[in-house]
Amino acid sequence: MSDQLNGRPHFAIQNLSLSRQGKLVLQEISCHVASGEIVGLLGPSGSGKSSLLRCLNRLTPPPPQTIFLEGQDITGLDVLRLRRQVGMVFQRVALFPGTVADNIAYGPGLRGETVSSAEIERLLALADLPPELAGRDSQELSGGQAQRVALARSLATSPSAMLLDEPTSALDPAATRNVEATLLKLRQSLGLTILWVTHDPEQARRVADRVYLLVDGRIADEGEPEELLRADSQHLTALFAAGELGGRQT
Amino acid sequence: MIDLTLLDQLPRVLMSLVLVLLAALISRWQQVDLEKQMLVAVARAFVQLTLIGYALNIIFAADNPLTILLILSVMTAIASYTSGQRGKGTPQAWRVAGLSITFGAALTLGLLVGLGVFDFTAQQIIPIAGMVIGNSMNVCSLVMRRMREEVNGRRLEIETALALGATGRQAARPYLKMALQSGMMPIVDSTKTVGLIQLPGAMTGMILAGASPMEAVQLQMIVMYMLIGAAALTGLAAAWLSYRQFLTPDHQLVEF
Repeated sequence: MSDQLNGRPHFAIQNLSLSRQGKLVLQEISCHVASGEIVGLLGPSGSGKSSLLRCLNRLTPPPPQTIFLEGQDITGLDVLRLRRQVGMVFQRVALFPGTVADNIAYGPGLRGETVSSAEIERLLALADLPPELAGRDSQELSGGQAQRVALARSLATSPSAMLLDEPTSALDPAATRNVEATLLKLRQSLGLTILWVTHDPEQARRVADRVYLLVDGRIADEGEPEELLRADSQHLTALFAAGELGGRQT
Repeated sequence: MIDLTLLDQLPRVLMSLVLVLLAALISRWQQVDLEKQMLVAVARAFVQLTLIGYALNIIFAADNPLTILLILSVMTAIASYTSGQRGKGTPQAWRVAGLSITFGAALTLGLLVGLGVFDFTAQQIIPIAGMVIGNSMNVCSLVMRRMREEVNGRRLEIETALALGATGRQAARPYLKMALQSGMMPIVDSTKTVGLIQLPGAMTGMILAGASPMEAVQLQMIVMYMLIGAAALTGLAAAWLSYRQFLTPDHQLVEF
C-alpha cells in the first residue's frame, strides 16, 4: 500500500469486494494505475472486468475506502464531478439523437455551458475525425466513426482519465487498429490515464503498459504484457491467451 | 331492508337478458367456450350493481361529508392496488401508484369543488370521483409500464448519459417525457373526437334519463376537461415517482 501511495497512482484500489444480486463478482481486488499509464484489464467474460470498471466512475457504487482517485476516496467525491474527470467509453455506442456536434456538446451542455464550433473541431481532431463530421446526423455513422464520436464526446468534459470497456470489440480489425492508434496518441498528447478492458490478449500487448488478469473476480496475474504473454512463461495470462483458462471457468 | 320497489325497472332488465342468451348461443355454436364465464359475468354484474345502487341510495340520503371521504378513500385504495399490480416490476409499485392516484384525483376533485363546478354532495362527488379515480388509475398504469419498459430498453443510453456527468433526472428526461405522453394520449385523443365517433357514457346516460341534449353536452365538456387535468396530474406524479425508483440519489441506474 505504501508503495502505491509513494508512486502517486492516479487510481489506487484497495481490497475491493463487490456483490451484485447476491453474487460475489469482485473479491479483494487491490491494484493501481499510475498517472499517464495505460493499464489493460484482461480476463474471460464474466470475470468481473466491467464491474471493476463501473466502480471507478461509480456507475456501480463501490464500498467506501476501496477506490482512491489521486489519493481521495471516490465515494466522498461529488459523483457528477468524478464522472466529468473520469470519462467512459462503452463497448456498444449509444449516440443521442441529433448531430455529431450535439453529441459532443452534451456533457458541457448538461451544466448549461455551450461549446464553440472551434472547440467541436478540436475535439473531433483529437478523435481523428474530420471537421465536416460535426453537422452529420449521429445515426448515419459507421461503427468506427460512432466510437470515435463517443470518444470525442467523453473528452469534451476534459477528463484526466478514461475507462474503456472493450471499445473496439464491435469494430473490424482495421477500425480497431485505428482506434487503438488514436488512443495511444491521446495518452501522449493529453497525458490521459487509461484503464482498458479487453478480452483480447493481443490488443493488451499492443496498447497496455501493464496488464491485470481477472479470473472469477480476483486478480490472478499482473505484469507487463510482453512478459505475461510469452509463450514459454508460466503465467496464467499466457494460459488465458492460449485459450486454456476458459475450461477452468466452467 | 332491501326495498324491492326500488327495482321497478326489473322487467326491462330481464328483457335485455335476451341479448346475453343470444351471445351464449353464438358462443356454444361457434365453440368459443365462453358461456359459463358469461353467466358468471352477468350474475356478478347484477349483484354488484344492485348492491352499489342500494348503497348509493343510502349514501345520497345521508349525505355526510365524512362518509363521502371514506368512500373516496376506499375507491382510491382499490384503484391504487389495481394499478400497483399492473406496475409490478417497478420497485415499490403500489406506493408509486397510491401516491400518484391520490395526488391526481385529490387535486382534480379539490379544484372542481373549490371552483364551484360541483358541490360537495354525495350525489355529485361520488359519480364524478368514480370517473376521475378510474381514469387516473388507467393513466398511472400506462405511465408506470412505459417508464419501466423505457428504462429497461434504454439502459445503455441512460448509463452513457450518466457517465458523461448527467444527473439521474437529466438522463431519464427523454423517457419521462415518453411515459407521460403515453399516459395522456388516450384521453387527449378521445377528447378530440368526442361527439364525432361516439357519445360518451355520461352524456348517453343523461339523455336516456330525460335530460336535454344541451344539459348533457355541457356536463360532458366538464367531464372531458376534468379527465384531461386528472390524467396530466396523475401521469406527472407517476412518471416522476417511478423514475426515482430506477435512479438512485447518487445518479446510478438501479438493477432490477
